[in-house]
Amino acid sequence: MTIKKHILSILVDNEPGVLSRIAGLFSGRGYNIDTLSVAQTMESTASRVTMETSGDEHIVEQIIKQLHKLINVITVVDLTEKRHVKRELALIKVHAKSEHRAEILRIVDIFRCRVVDVAQDYYTIEISGNEEKLMAIMDLLTPMGIIETARTGSIALSREKTTKRT
Amino acid sequence: MKLTGAQILIKMIKSQGVDTIFGYPGGAVIDIYDELASNPDLRHILVRHEQGAIHAADAYSRAKGDIGVALVTSGPGATNAVTGIASAYMDSIPIVVFTGQVNSSLIGNDAFQEVDIVGITRPCTKHNYLVKKIENLARIIKEAFFIARSGRPGPVLVDLPKDVMTATIEFEEPPEVHIKSYRPTYSPNKKQLAKVVQLINKAKRPIIFSGGGVVLSKASEEITDLAKMANIPVTASLMGLGTFPASHPLWLGMPGMHGTFRANMSIGECDLMIAAGVRFDDRVTGRLEKFAPKAKIVQIDIDPTSIHKNVSVDCPIVGDCKKSLALLNQMMKRQIDQASVDARSEWIETIENWKSTMPLGYNQNEEIIKPQFVIETLHELTQGKAIITTEVGQNQMWTAQYYGFDRPNHFITSGGLGVMGFGLPAAIGAKAACPDKTVIDIAGDGSIQMNIQEMTTSLEARLPVKVVILNNRYLGMVRQWQDLFYDKRYASTNMECAPDFVKLAEAYGATGLRASKPSEVRETLKQGLATEGTVVMDFIVEREEMVYPMVPAGKSLSEMLLV
Ligand SMILES: Cc1ncc(C[n+]2csc(CCOP(=O)(O)OP(=O)(O)O)c2C)c(N)n1
Repeated sequence: MTIKKHILSILVDNEPGVLSRIAGLFSGRGYNIDTLSVAQTMESTASRVTMETSGDEHIVEQIIKQLHKLINVITVVDLTEKRHVKRELALIKVHAKSEHRAEILRIVDIFRCRVVDVAQDYYTIEISGNEEKLMAIMDLLTPMGIIETARTGSIALSREKTTKRT
Repeated sequence: MKLTGAQILIKMIKSQGVDTIFGYPGGAVIDIYDELASNPDLRHILVRHEQGAIHAADAYSRAKGDIGVALVTSGPGATNAVTGIASAYMDSIPIVVFTGQVNSSLIGNDAFQEVDIVGITRPCTKHNYLVKKIENLARIIKEAFFIARSGRPGPVLVDLPKDVMTATIEFEEPPEVHIKSYRPTYSPNKKQLAKVVQLINKAKRPIIFSGGGVVLSKASEEITDLAKMANIPVTASLMGLGTFPASHPLWLGMPGMHGTFRANMSIGECDLMIAAGVRFDDRVTGRLEKFAPKAKIVQIDIDPTSIHKNVSVDCPIVGDCKKSLALLNQMMKRQIDQASVDARSEWIETIENWKSTMPLGYNQNEEIIKPQFVIETLHELTQGKAIITTEVGQNQMWTAQYYGFDRPNHFITSGGLGVMGFGLPAAIGAKAACPDKTVIDIAGDGSIQMNIQEMTTSLEARLPVKVVILNNRYLGMVRQWQDLFYDKRYASTNMECAPDFVKLAEAYGATGLRASKPSEVRETLKQGLATEGTVVMDFIVEREEMVYPMVPAGKSLSEMLLV
């Protein structure tokens, strides 16, 4: 079976320890977490965990069932097969020597991202988009010298009005 | 009415219909014990090690077909309980374990006897809780019992900070449990069941494979009805022994690593397997690709994660075993194809041939006791009616092979985790649940030493049990592997340096008996069973006897070592 990337949207009780139950399930059973992001939803009692994982069909089926089995997990939706929007946010700190500044700003413009912090010799750029877009801008900025980056991991929502549980 | 946390705890435990708990005190739970002292209708059985409390609660639950409860203190009390909790988790046994915890203001500060038991037991409980506020106490206890008992049962741990136990609050009965994220599926899909009827009617060589889930959902009558109605032979996992009577001609014996020749051959040859309440453990399946290669597999289980986990299933049915089988039987009754039922005589004849060419067996000579002989004689003398617990190792496998269980809830063993030291505290727990039954721990000389201190519990609590030690002065099962796969290098399995078990029994205030010759076996067992109180019977058995058949780990079920 082929290994594929899946994006799961997991609604959980907003309680201490829930994230460690999920993380523990993955480490205990040898599943992969590629990216993970968590925050409270509109209801203060629930949080949404968005997780990218990879595995063959069989493993991903087990992952979803095992997640459902956790008492604090309310719903699990595999967005991979559904129409969905997916975004990731990155902050990129890049060297900004005077001869490079115009070029950096041109790239920022093309990618419709923003410079959010300016210092004597570096810029910090904020960009959101899908993974390809993030990788593309990093490739372009690499020659100027990227100092460090921070990425959020993906978040995603289905394009349907309400999300049915699977 | 204003109540303390400890009072609420005890009130809530009682309101669950519980009248017995197993435990061990300490600083963090002293307020609970103080409260227990004024509640004599809630019987507390004082063990001698917290591991024993959990195994006893586990076996109490299994013998009674209900829930078991244990109470231990914080820190070391809680960590001592972990092995028992993990065993109950692997075997899906409903127990609720209450652990003491340091004051909530101290949590996280490495306080004296503080341990993050909720963190430690997260992967080996069905669910667990830390009660931070007395306002949540009653609701959490009610939820804990509900979760432990419902769906696929399992252990639930509730961690109780000391200050929550001493705080007071106006008590309010918590509402019905409603957990929006937890709704087990009990009712099976009828369309799927209709498919099963068709599959059964078409099958020439079907078998039923019954497991621990059938015990838990109390579905052994339904399994038996199905087998008899449709003339289908039955095998059962270690956890499922007793769900179909071993004395019935359709009984195949246990499958797997130490399964019977005919059970393993039947799995290899069957064209339909109806599996209920099993999880296809590797000790059962052997090499997965060669497991039931010719069969369509139907799997009934309340836990969706059990389905398609190891074995790919042709017809999955998520639901309670009892409900599903009862419905299936109703449908079968209306639609049964009698011709195909009759045609199964050929399949049954094939199985009979396997049975007569390769029966289970051993040679009892005049000089040295064979452990299997002890178990067969014990079966005869107890008429198969005793509740049997075991330790782990050869003793456990021989018991599974030779005791011949006809009823569910009579064989209590640590199946999934395989905990040495399980049998004695389990016997005590089973005796507390079923005081009118004879309860016997069939033990190895190695395992019995792991929780031997519970002898005192048996005496103090007046829960008399019989311990049959199959004394080979080896860690027998490990020695067997060394014999077969490690050129007989018996590294650290020799147990010749051991206590005199007869004297040890006497030191505890129990009766000790010993048999060294085959001719003494029957008399010793008779005397031991007839003697009141706790009795240890030490059988000096053949040192290098092997458990056969054996499927070496990772081999297919047809590759059995037979003698
Ligand atoms: C707590 C624990 N430690 C180690 C083992 C590994 N183990 C499995 S069987 C066995 C030997 C058991 O010896 P004994 O109790 O004498 O029983 P026998 O096999 O001789 O019947 C051991 C060490 C285990 N199952 N449990």
